[in-house]
Amino acid sequence: MHPALLLLTDSRLPAGGHAHSGGTEQAVTSGAVHDVPSLARFLRGRLHTAGALAAALAAAACAQAAGTPPATAPPHRHLTGEAGKAEKTWDADKTCKADATHEADETGDADAREARGDADPWVLLDREVDARTASPAQRDASRTQGRLLLRVARRVWPSPVLDELARAVPHPHHPVALGVAAHAAGAAPEDAALAAAYHAVSGPATAAVRLLGLDPVAVHGLLADLTPALRTVATAACLTVTTQHPDPAHPQPGLAHPQPHPENAHGYPDLTDAPPQPDPTGDSVRPDLAAAPAAQLGNVQVRWAALPAYSAPALDLLAEQHARAEIRLFVS
Amino acid sequence: MPGNTAHRATGRTDTPHAGTGSGRRVMRACAAVATASGPDGTPVLRRLASAPPLTLRQTGPCAVHLVSTAAGPLGGDRLALDLDVAPHTTLELGSVASTLVLPGEGVSELLVTARVGAGATLRFAPEPTVLAAGCEHRLLVRLALEPDASVLWREEIVFGRYGEASGRCHARFDVTCGGLPLLRQEFVVGEPALDASPAVYGAARCVGNTFLTASAGETVVADGVAVLPLALSGTLVSALAADAVQLRSRLEWGERAARTSMTAVAAGEREAGGSRIDDSGRRRIGGGRLADR
Repeated sequence: MHPALLLLTDSRLPAGGHAHSGGTEQAVTSGAVHDVPSLARFLRGRLHTAGALAAALAAAACAQAAGTPPATAPPHRHLTGEAGKAEKTWDADKTCKADATHEADETGDADAREARGDADPWVLLDREVDARTASPAQRDASRTQGRLLLRVARRVWPSPVLDELARAVPHPHHPVALGVAAHAAGAAPEDAALAAAYHAVSGPATAAVRLLGLDPVAVHGLLADLTPALRTVATAACLTVTTQHPDPAHPQPGLAHPQPHPENAHGYPDLTDAPPQPDPTGDSVRPDLAAAPAAQLGNVQVRWAALPAYSAPALDLLAEQHARAEIRLFVS
Repeated sequence: MPGNTAHRATGRTDTPHAGTGSGRRVMRACAAVATASGPDGTPVLRRLASAPPLTLRQTGPCAVHLVSTAAGPLGGDRLALDLDVAPHTTLELGSVASTLVLPGEGVSELLVTARVGAGATLRFAPEPTVLAAGCEHRLLVRLALEPDASVLWREEIVFGRYGEASGRCHARFDVTCGGLPLLRQEFVVGEPALDASPAVYGAARCVGNTFLTASAGETVVADGVAVLPLALSGTLVSALAADAVQLRSRLEWGERAARTSMTAVAAGEREAGGSRIDDSGRRRIGGGRLADR
């Protein structure tokens, strides 16, 4: 584990994480979470769904950041005007002025690039996150936290790849911002995955203490009980990223491409497929007639198509009910 | 029947299950439906290939029902259903009964692949999948749409028969439009520690989803059901329920609520002179609320 991870997962990092309960507030309101045992069930479910998804996305973002050379923009993106603007944005941001204006500029840039059909790798990853987040309230919460984390990370760990992310996606989803920030801080995809998994349960646990007046020591005991699962989730997330998604454009020598994943042994040679994630039984067959839905787009565009997509229907419902609640202590 | 040019074929290839000694033959079957425009432009069924246990019966000019002609799927079975809806044609697919997934030797799998062409309409609404205790099932859905396709796709999963513990299931649902991802979801059912989590299914005994290509104008929430406008385009109705009857009524309520708000959106767009699907290549960054800041 990289020491920077301690900072990234610290609730004292001024990135606004304390304002989000990840559905806990609504679960408390509805009575579904009312004591330490029900909170334990809530946290375990959250870790293996939203947490496992965030871990895979953070690992993917970190791997993509690692595979992006410092002069991150592909040649066709080096339009003269844009490069100049990028410099200006960066300088302005360092002094923390005119943030909103520049974000608006960046949004305009992103739109313009998309209109030109530019397949920016950060935009592609962002779309994959969107497709995995059916609830609009959760998309908003994720982007709010991602934007704040990105702003903090650009000042704490200045890095061209963070600037690149901010240019392409000014309001990134939180796991993406976390993965790129982890890379900028010198951490590896597995660290990013671990941080994301921890983030999925630590904030909700603290929120429950504040909402229900639970014994903080008992709740930290729950988090301690979850630590083996945190590692399992992070390792599994990292495995899906490093073995199934080599970047065809930028081979990543620094990234482990070791033993083929069991799932690969059955043959997922192309990335145009969307195979299921590793089944506990390991008994997997790739059905031959499976049409490759996105084949026409080429490998780059569907690089992350097969990432996990774990859903938690109850969390979706809680998030939307919370967004409509009249009295709220937490943003989400 | 006029317009019926369906070609029927069976694709059953039973293979002895290696090393079980049970003598049961696992099933590997691949059924298919394809539509085409007839000579006078009306849509017809071009292909209707049954493969037991997936037997298909034409029940209308462009309507097909799945009739299960064998128990299961049972563990070890590999079933595939391929739907090809040609541009500007229509297909409705239902089933006459729910699918009961039973235990057996290993994992059973159902892969449903659907391609829906530009301007085509697909309604996929089979009866629920019931996970009998001890089953190990994998359900894969890959739905590839072209712009202007109109789709209703309903999935219902029931956690065991009445009073029964749930079998295990791993479901994955991928929807793309013109190659762009609209929705990717995975459900894992049958992990006792997770199923009862208030974050996952809570007290529910069934989970269901309806994917709609049209975009609902707003999020609507009621008890156990939410109408969720997706980021790029399309809508997901997501529901949890105590039983299959409640699940169906919640999904249908959500589908109606989505349609109501779509009608409002469509009216607004006609005034604006644009259509929703043309906008699908463009994306709201950060959602409306954030962008407004």
